[in-house]
Amino acid sequence: MLIMQVAILAFVAVTGTAVVLTRDPTNQVIGLSFYGLILALMFFIYQAPDVALSQIVIGAVALPLMFMLGLSKIRRNEQQREELKSKQKQEKAA
Amino acid sequence: MNRNRRHVLFFVSAAVLFALLAWGMHDLPPFGHYRGPYGDLVNSATVYERHITDAITAVNFDFRGFDTLGEESILFMSVIGVGTLLRRQTKERKKDDAGESDELETRRAPDPSDAVKVITLGLVGPLVVYGLYIVTHGQVTPGGGFQGGVILATAPLLVYLAGDLKTFKHITSHSLVELGEAAGIFGFVAIGLLGLALGGQFLRNVLPLGEAGSIFSGGTVPLLNLATALAVAGGFISAIYAFLEQTVEMRMEGEE
Repeated sequence: MLIMQVAILAFVAVTGTAVVLTRDPTNQVIGLSFYGLILALMFFIYQAPDVALSQIVIGAVALPLMFMLGLSKIRRNEQQREELKSKQKQEKAA
Repeated sequence: MNRNRRHVLFFVSAAVLFALLAWGMHDLPPFGHYRGPYGDLVNSATVYERHITDAITAVNFDFRGFDTLGEESILFMSVIGVGTLLRRQTKERKKDDAGESDELETRRAPDPSDAVKVITLGLVGPLVVYGLYIVTHGQVTPGGGFQGGVILATAPLLVYLAGDLKTFKHITSHSLVELGEAAGIFGFVAIGLLGLALGGQFLRNVLPLGEAGSIFSGGTVPLLNLATALAVAGGFISAIYAFLEQTVEMRMEGEE
């Protein structure tokens, strides 16, 4: 039991650090989702199954989903702005 | 600030934080050797006084039920906040085709593969059954209204992954979802008022307790779990829908 506790804590530390060190936001969200699963496993090993059940869904699905949708919206708006700029340049040139 | 200085700042603050944590934690009792009286009290009271075998549920929905009402309202308010922030702005308009045909090839979402469709759609049924199981067995095994409600809320999400937003909308009637969310909060308060009317205390467990370990046990606790599940599932589906709608359907004016 002690080995599992130490191992899962180390795993949480490694995955958490990996999420922080990931630079690309999309990859970071995937990493965050995996980190959420590992956290759920940690709650389970430390005998908190009630919390683990919530953490699986919230940490691995709901939170990354909202980040993903937010990122997609931001990216679309940025593309939109760049397209508008290039259009205006073309019009000026013409 | 250049890279080296940032690293120095990080390592110094990390070292200070680590020292503080080590200092604060070195006197904690080892894991599983809790010294306070409450754990033993709760463990001995739940089965005999409330006929509930999951102590966590007994604390959340009986001994500390009023806190849970507060937590449920927090979720309710955050969903209202998300809906308000993501509502349609005057400069935004809705695309009629639910984002199916997108202007640029690169932006169009790829059609889900057959494997994704089969696996996700095959999982919807078991997921709903599992969610209902978690909701209804909160007083017997770990889980309960919150956990089951969130699991239920991910079922339409799987349908979206296999299909499109139109299907998501088709299976989650918006007014029904909102009604469920409101009914969940209202039901929780109504059960609390029932306790006030019959037992003199808000959320007092006034219903027959049943046999410990069976599905009909715990008095008002299974009903409170059901109300929480309605509120949580409705709240999460509303929030997910608001995000999906904003991302997939809404376009600023002039955007094609």
